[in-house]
Amino acid sequence: MKFDQPATTNPIDRLAVVGHPVDRIDGPLKTTGTAPYAYERHDVAPNQAYGYVIGAAIAKGRIASIDTSAAKRAPGVLAIVTAANAGKLGKGKRNTAPLIGGPAIAHYHQAVALVVAETFEQARAAAKLVRVDYVRAGGAYDLAAAQSSAVKPKEEKPDTAVGDFAGAFAAAPVRIDATYTTPDQSHAMMEPHASIAAWDGDKLTLWTSNQMIDWGRGDLAATLGIPKDNVRIVSSYVGGGFGGKLFVRADALLAALGARAAGRPVKVALTRPLMFNNTTHRPATIQRIRIGADRDGRIVAIGHESWSGDLPGGGPEVAVQQTRLLYGGANRMTAMRLATLDLPEGNAMRAPGEAPGLMALEIAVDEMAEKLGLDPVEFRIRNDTQVDPEKPSRPFSQRRFVECLRTGAERFGWSARKKPGQMRDGRWLVGLGVAAAFRNNLLTKSAARVRLDPQGVVTVETDMTDIGTGSYTIIAQTAAEMLGVPLANVVVRLGDSAFPVSCGSGGQWGANNATSGVYAACIKLREAIAAALGMSADAEFSGGHVSAGDRSVPLSQAAGEQGLVAEDAIEYGDLDKRFQQSTFGAHFVEVGVDAATGEVRVRRMLAVCAAGRILNPKSARSQVIGAMTMGVGAALMENLAVDVRRGFFVNHDLAGYEVPVHADIPHQEVVFLDETDPVSSPMKAKGVGELGICGVGAAVANAICNATGVRVRDYPITLDKLLAKLPAAV
Amino acid sequence: MKAFTYERARTPAEAAAGAAGNAGAKFIAGGTNLLDLMKLEIETPTHLIDVNGLALDKIEATPDGGLRIGALVRNTDLAADTRIRRDYALLSRALLAGASGQLRNRATTAGNLLQRTRCPYFYDTDQPCNKRLPGSGCAAIGGYSRPHAIVGVSDACIAAHPSDMAVAMRALDATIETVRPDGSTRRIAIGEFYRLPGKTPHVENVLVRGELITAVTLPPPPGGTHVYTKVRDRASYAFALVAVGAIVQRDGTGRVALGGVAPQPWRVEAADAELANGAAAATRRLLADAKTTRDNAFKATLVQRALDAALAQARSAS
Ligand SMILES: Cc1cc2nc3c(=O)[nH]c(=O)nc-3n(C[C@H](O)[C@H](O)[C@H](O)COP(=O)(O)OP(=O)(O)OC[C@H]3O[C@@H](n4cnc5c(N)ncnc54)[C@H](O)[C@@H]3O)c2cc1C
Ligand code: SF4
Repeated sequence: MKFDQPATTNPIDRLAVVGHPVDRIDGPLKTTGTAPYAYERHDVAPNQAYGYVIGAAIAKGRIASIDTSAAKRAPGVLAIVTAANAGKLGKGKRNTAPLIGGPAIAHYHQAVALVVAETFEQARAAAKLVRVDYVRAGGAYDLAAAQSSAVKPKEEKPDTAVGDFAGAFAAAPVRIDATYTTPDQSHAMMEPHASIAAWDGDKLTLWTSNQMIDWGRGDLAATLGIPKDNVRIVSSYVGGGFGGKLFVRADALLAALGARAAGRPVKVALTRPLMFNNTTHRPATIQRIRIGADRDGRIVAIGHESWSGDLPGGGPEVAVQQTRLLYGGANRMTAMRLATLDLPEGNAMRAPGEAPGLMALEIAVDEMAEKLGLDPVEFRIRNDTQVDPEKPSRPFSQRRFVECLRTGAERFGWSARKKPGQMRDGRWLVGLGVAAAFRNNLLTKSAARVRLDPQGVVTVETDMTDIGTGSYTIIAQTAAEMLGVPLANVVVRLGDSAFPVSCGSGGQWGANNATSGVYAACIKLREAIAAALGMSADAEFSGGHVSAGDRSVPLSQAAGEQGLVAEDAIEYGDLDKRFQQSTFGAHFVEVGVDAATGEVRVRRMLAVCAAGRILNPKSARSQVIGAMTMGVGAALMENLAVDVRRGFFVNHDLAGYEVPVHADIPHQEVVFLDETDPVSSPMKAKGVGELGICGVGAAVANAICNATGVRVRDYPITLDKLLAKLPAAV
Repeated sequence: MKAFTYERARTPAEAAAGAAGNAGAKFIAGGTNLLDLMKLEIETPTHLIDVNGLALDKIEATPDGGLRIGALVRNTDLAADTRIRRDYALLSRALLAGASGQLRNRATTAGNLLQRTRCPYFYDTDQPCNKRLPGSGCAAIGGYSRPHAIVGVSDACIAAHPSDMAVAMRALDATIETVRPDGSTRRIAIGEFYRLPGKTPHVENVLVRGELITAVTLPPPPGGTHVYTKVRDRASYAFALVAVGAIVQRDGTGRVALGGVAPQPWRVEAADAELANGAAAATRRLLADAKTTRDNAFKATLVQRALDAALAQARSAS
């Protein structure tokens, strides 16, 4: 189905199932511990052996020699894979550094060997007996030091410029020019990267934990040098990904190589201490923001530059992305520069670009409001734009940013906000902060297959993944709505490359595109059903019946003995070129800062989101509160500490890399504005999973400034950055 | 993890003797620290002596009016004991500020005293670390050292002791009771128990090989107001950046011990003497020979501010 005109009324608009806060259909499996995650697929292949990954002990250089003789003799050892014995390997399009290193080492903890043994404990013990001698090479590990050597990345649009930024900024009566930094961050999802590989002749099956089945299939095949058709990937349940599982990683490749070497199925999970340096992370940024405004608070010039680093061949963190679209202003510039760093591979993490970009931009906007003597909510409202400010002929498909701000301000009691440092509750300095949430809505092709069986059960198959987001449920809701059956009559099967290729999970595009693919397939199935019953194409599907004219037939009858199957994909025309499609929100945060110790604790949070049709308010809310939690982590604690001499992330476990715990997160309120966006898709939906994190960090930062009067521009805002500037008296 | 043999000891003397005869032996209590370190091969015992079966899990009154806490009393039980909560509230509060409910259910009194540092380089066997591998160097010096110690450090090691419980024990003047492999017992004041890193950071206390902790005793209740302030980057389940354990009498005198700033729970007698003169005066003594890094210099300010707040809290409570 080609979607190239805004949607008109369609069966989804009935909202009999879609739009309702139904429980997750996979909930009972999760809460009873019976949803089989990748590492637990004991059932799928007999005689599984265990692999243990060894990571490089240096950041850059090469392997002089590997001595595996002692390990080979260790009890239970079946095989040891290294780059030297793995055969010729390619590299996946989406991997920057090779997944197995040697002789060249590209980054710390890059995999250099896999030890396969009968048990996990034997593999782990033997791994310690492998002796690797390295020759170290010098590398670049410090973004600040490498900043001046950064170059224009090959990325499609590193720079934008409209009007005369320099002139307008210089002439503006009120200006700020400030630099902000965000640190490297880790996805730190619950389930580690894990895979089980089994070969059948030259055909490989991989049970793994992956967000993007088809990407993974292509990249794994390319790395192994085998046809894509020879690879099957199954990823039925994913225990969190946040972008860390967009790509196949060392567990997948090494499980495949280990299984080949051992001649039997092999399972591999990355250990927690390995994950932080072995896999990808959100790269640190240095961002300079300049805003010039007239005395009425209208922006006349806005400029945003961002520097980040990555391994050779990698890309920039696109932190200026939202600044191209969020606020008006006739004179504008954005620029991204990329330095070569020999740290582990930088890549996507929840809301890449906007998440760190808004952490900086939305502090700058707060600072500007302060300079203008304007309320920060009002300043944002004054600079709203209904068109792409870089290309004013291009309207937003929907933009209710101002309503998000107003609704939020009202519900949060924003008017109680005082000047910085004036609210106090015992030892706590109390402050309120606001920030914009903004994330683009991305459209990608997505396919599904729908089957109606003689019992009237509808089965949906697509390689879409559920990474804890609720894909199973909203896909079931979509099919139930389209075919007029109760939710209980829908079976959803996901995450298998044997199924039609979906959009996958990432970039908050999953919900809208995957359900639109299911919509397309259901339209086809409806046509097939109507045709089978000799009904006209406008037959009605409801209450488990198909009706046309005065004829009404139970759906099950239409299926015949064989059942009916339809497959289709949603494909998009140029609606995303003609219209800018984005999601909007406003975050409101109240913090307390301990006047003595500088400890920051979040006391209240509210997010108001405008993100098209909300397919399931319960799973959407769960996405947003999870994202808000992650935003608090980014604001207050998450930081991969770089050892700039040795070139690695030092705090590489969950004791050292702190993420929020329950005690850090107060009551969170989420409001979705009631809207539909017919330009987006037949579902009229967008995404919320990333919108929820966008801006949270800055809202916290702004609240801290409101509480203390101290402006911190370097994340995370840990107490050491406040301490020296807090008033002496306790 | 290296393969190991395992036995369950029946009496303290048997445990101590067993450990002495075997250079690769280690006691295991709750296992919440030791097992993690074994998985990473930071600790590589070849033989484990499980002490959980020793009947050392009671809290008893001592003739002088104090308490004897068995080495195997779980952190949860110790924190919840009514005598502890009433007379040694500092200890109860310190315990509850540490780890998580699940860990405290397992963690023992002796194990807690002997838990090892959380220096991230110590945990990474691909990095030099004098504590883990004597003579290999210290990666933290000149590297990432935000969580590290600022007093009592040496050129060989700047690791901090992570225990909350030990801070309270130090302020409470606890005594550690042990049995040695030859069957002899001794009592070690907690002030004499830990050793500063000097040139041998891998030697962390005065115990000899095979020496088993059997109990920790507390002197009669010190009275006063007890305040335990643990400062950290998140609200729970994090090690202290700085911890202040203070016992303050009505007249403003008292004692203070610090966590998160030294290779051992940190107490300076001269600082106690200054307590009535306020946080600044006491902090000057506590951190007299401080040696900070760029990353952890803030801890000096933080100690004073946290102590100031603790004293204010004590004043308002009394
Ligand atoms: C995630 C996490 C968070 C934590 N957070 C905190 C925190 O915030 N604050 C805090 O204070 N602690 C914290 N801890 C540490 C925890 O308190 C310790 O792991 C625990 O107290 C150790 O006790 P255990 O009985 O399990 O010791 P074990 O692991 O069994 O033993 C530790 C050491 O003591 C030795 N040992 C044990 N018993 C005896 C004995 N009777 N005689 C001689 N030697 C003995 C063992 O040989 C071993 O060397 C945390 C731990 C974890 C894993
Ligand atoms: S501070 Fe101590 S524990 Fe940490 S690396 Fe240095 S020697 Fe090892």
